[in-house]
Amino acid sequence: MKTVLGIGGSDDSIRALEHTLDRVEKTGDELVVAVVENPDTEKDPREILDHVKERVEAHEADADVVRLEGHPGSALVEFAEDGDFNEIVLGGGERSAMGKIQMGHIAEFVLLNSHVTVKLVR
Amino acid sequence: MNGDSGVTDVSDFSVPPFEFETKEGNTVEVREYDGERDALRGMYEEFDPADRAQGIPPVRDDALESWLDTVLEGVNVVAWCEGDVAGHTTLVSDERLDAHELAIFVLQCHQGEGIGSRLMYGTLALAYERGVRDVWLTVERWNHAAVRLYKKVGFEVTSQESFEIEMATRLVSR
Repeated sequence: MKTVLGIGGSDDSIRALEHTLDRVEKTGDELVVAVVENPDTEKDPREILDHVKERVEAHEADADVVRLEGHPGSALVEFAEDGDFNEIVLGGGERSAMGKIQMGHIAEFVLLNSHVTVKLVR
Repeated sequence: MNGDSGVTDVSDFSVPPFEFETKEGNTVEVREYDGERDALRGMYEEFDPADRAQGIPPVRDDALESWLDTVLEGVNVVAWCEGDVAGHTTLVSDERLDAHELAIFVLQCHQGEGIGSRLMYGTLALAYERGVRDVWLTVERWNHAAVRLYKKVGFEVTSQESFEIEMATRLVSR
C-alpha cells in the first residue's frame, strides 16, 4: 500500500498525520507526507514542514516529506495520480461550536476530483 | 463569510412559553429548557439517524451526553407534545465569530406539524431578549425545506462554496 497524506496545517490535518503515522508504524506501508498551502490556515508552511519532520522522526516511521506548491487540492491529486499512490489521506474536517462537522476546502476538492481512493480521518 | 447576513425582526414573534395547536389537533407547548435532560435525551435516542446533519446529534451514548453538555450551555427551547419532547432548538455561542450558531431538531413523527418554525421564532425572540444579535447556521444543500424556512425568517446565504450552505441573520426589534 502506497499512501500520500496531504497536510495544510489545520487541526484536523495534524490529527490525520498522527493517525497515519500510527497506522504506518503497524503496517509498514509506504508513506509520503505532502505539505500543501492551505489558504484557510495562518500557519507558516515552513513551521508545518518542521512539525511534520519532527513527528515522522518521533514515530520511527519511514516516510518521505515533500512540499507541494500551488493550488493545494489539484497539486495533491496530481501528485497521487502521477506517483501511482493507492490512497490519499486527509483531515476529515473541523467542528463548529455546535459540533457540526465542516469539511475543509482541500478535502472537498480532492473528494470530487481524485481518481485515487480518498480517506478522511475523523 | 462572503455575502451579507440578513435581518430578522423579532417583534412579531412570541417569546416562550406559549402553546399552539397543530393541524392534527395536538397541543404543543414551547418553552425554554429547564433541566429536563432525560426527556431531551429521550428525543435524541428516538432520532432517525437519516435526519442527522453534519454529524449531529451523535449516535453513541457518550458522544450524545458530551454534545448535550455543550449545547445546553446556550439558549435552548423545547417543544413538548403530550409530555414528550417533540423538538429542540439550540443557540450556541461561538466566541471566535462573536455570533451564535443555530440548530433545530424535530422528531421524525412530528415533522410537518409546524413545530420547527414555531420553535425557531420562539428561540430567536428569546435570544434577542438575552442580548443575542448575530445568528448563523449551516444547512446541507439538499435540505430545501430548511433553507426555505430560514430564508422566510430573514436568513441570507453568506457562503455556498462548500458542501453545506452557510446562512446568517441579525436580530432586530422594530
